[in-house]
Amino acid sequence: MRICVVGCGAVGSLFAANLAQLDDVEVWAYDASREHVDAINAHGLRLSGAGDVLGHPRATTDAQELPQCDFGIVATKAMHTDAAIAATAHAFANGYVATVQNGIGNEEVLARHVERVIRGTTFPAGKILEPGHVQWDVKGDTTLGPFGETPLDAVAELADACTRGGMPTTAVADARGPQWRKVIFNASTNPIGALTGLTHGRVCERPDLRALVSGLVDEGKAVAAAQGIVLDADPEELIDHAAKPEVAYGHKASMLQDVEARRRTEIDYLNGGIVRFGREHGVPTPLNEAIWALVKGVEDSWEQ
Amino acid sequence: MTSVCVAGAGTIGSLLAAHLARVTEVSVLTRRAEHARALNEHGLTVSGRADFTAAVTASTDPAALEAELVIVACKGSDLEPLAQRLEGHFAGATVMTVQNGLGAEELVGAHGDWPLLSAVTFMSGTRRDDTRVDYVLDTATWIGPYRATTPDDARAVAELIASTGLKAEAFDDLRPAQWSKLIFNASVNAVAALTGLPHDFHFAEGRLGELLHSLIDEGKAVAYAAGIDLHEDPWEMNVLASRRGNAHRPSMLEDVTAERPTEIELISGALVREAERAGVEVPLQTALYRLVRGKEASYSG
Repeated sequence: MRICVVGCGAVGSLFAANLAQLDDVEVWAYDASREHVDAINAHGLRLSGAGDVLGHPRATTDAQELPQCDFGIVATKAMHTDAAIAATAHAFANGYVATVQNGIGNEEVLARHVERVIRGTTFPAGKILEPGHVQWDVKGDTTLGPFGETPLDAVAELADACTRGGMPTTAVADARGPQWRKVIFNASTNPIGALTGLTHGRVCERPDLRALVSGLVDEGKAVAAAQGIVLDADPEELIDHAAKPEVAYGHKASMLQDVEARRRTEIDYLNGGIVRFGREHGVPTPLNEAIWALVKGVEDSWEQ
Repeated sequence: MTSVCVAGAGTIGSLLAAHLARVTEVSVLTRRAEHARALNEHGLTVSGRADFTAAVTASTDPAALEAELVIVACKGSDLEPLAQRLEGHFAGATVMTVQNGLGAEELVGAHGDWPLLSAVTFMSGTRRDDTRVDYVLDTATWIGPYRATTPDDARAVAELIASTGLKAEAFDDLRPAQWSKLIFNASVNAVAALTGLPHDFHFAEGRLGELLHSLIDEGKAVAYAAGIDLHEDPWEMNVLASRRGNAHRPSMLEDVTAERPTEIELISGALVREAERAGVEVPLQTALYRLVRGKEASYSG
């Protein structure tokens, strides 16, 4: 089996290094960073922290080098999906492409470029320490499911490989439940951290902000329900769990890190996605719209 | 001419004190002794839209100052401690507040039985140091009666201020104007503080413009329920102000940038509490109020 990870940032690297442990899987890693790619090809891709792994995927910045692959795993930031899949689509002419990205709407973007798409959501997290070396912060599950006409068998084949490689992955008939739970979690907490500068735990211990978080969660749940999506668990549980001192009390949401570094955020695919799907299904989402507008305003302020 | 004491010499207080000192006797009540010393020694220098230096008497001791009109000009977040210092002084004087938002008159009035005038100001400037202030926007100060004062009292003070070269206007009832500004500030200042944007075109178009429009609509609904017939449409005020060539950085944006306490309680907090009293839902104003308070909480690390 040949798998190409498209976008080898922290999450993509977790997949690439773990899958490269398998004898029956040939792993390619496509990434825009020349330094990261060169380091991987010279010394391998190293993970440390929650797990210590050294894998040897073949890395490239040149999509034309990619051979025909059975599976793609897209792990870019959501705003780079279109460019990344446009460049690599030829490698998946006969394969399936899964997304493990944040946000909603990524499957639709992939489906504009490739025929067979797999929906996905993943909870593991990490950060790049230096080229070729990724800190594995949190282990967690991945859920994959068919998008459009994709058969569940193909989804199960990829899930099996990921699980054997060390990334526990489940194939389900409808992966929208876990996906929406994560999107609602991210959309209801990340921008609050980004706008206030507070860590997840400090947001949650303030009753006023915790109430705002719940207001955002309720809108997200209503949009999910209007689409017939059954959440696999209540996002509120995940929010309270993450606020515990031993979990992620002091964690600065990735969006807060983005804002502090003046990098574009994934807000369009989080709150923006909830608003878009809400409009399609006639569900009002005024709080998510407000948060979306405010974070876009933050991004606009960097151009002053 | 009416003698005036300006209590709190930030930007607005300095602009008022310097201009008034051209036409009458002006004293300044400061918090810091070195501020009072600097004012007594150097006077107040205005640059920008005006260019002059005026002599003032300054002290940190209210007992050392006398006036027929006391203008309380500190920031809303400094109001309570300043009002406490005024207690027991300036007997017989009329006291005028010029804070943003709502509730400054009540707060000050709780510390003495002075007749009260209510005012809001749209002028703006930049404080350079203790004795120098840059006069930026020459927009008006609006004045009305509040407690044991009449429209004529408001007119007299407006005329006094106008005679200095500043702009001022008197109202028989200030609330319609005060509420217009309250809704404008609650919407514009909080969005500026949260996004980092100066008050520019972003506030009147696109996604952020829609948010501003919704925020202002919530504010108007509260005003309507409270029986206030707004003097100006806050949305039109927003559109007009967002088109100024030189985009203004609202004070709340300056405050969060410098990690200072903001005036959120007297502005958004006051609007949210008025909404509760009137039984009007204001989910977006409430969200912004909470976010700015959260941002203040983040200063502590």
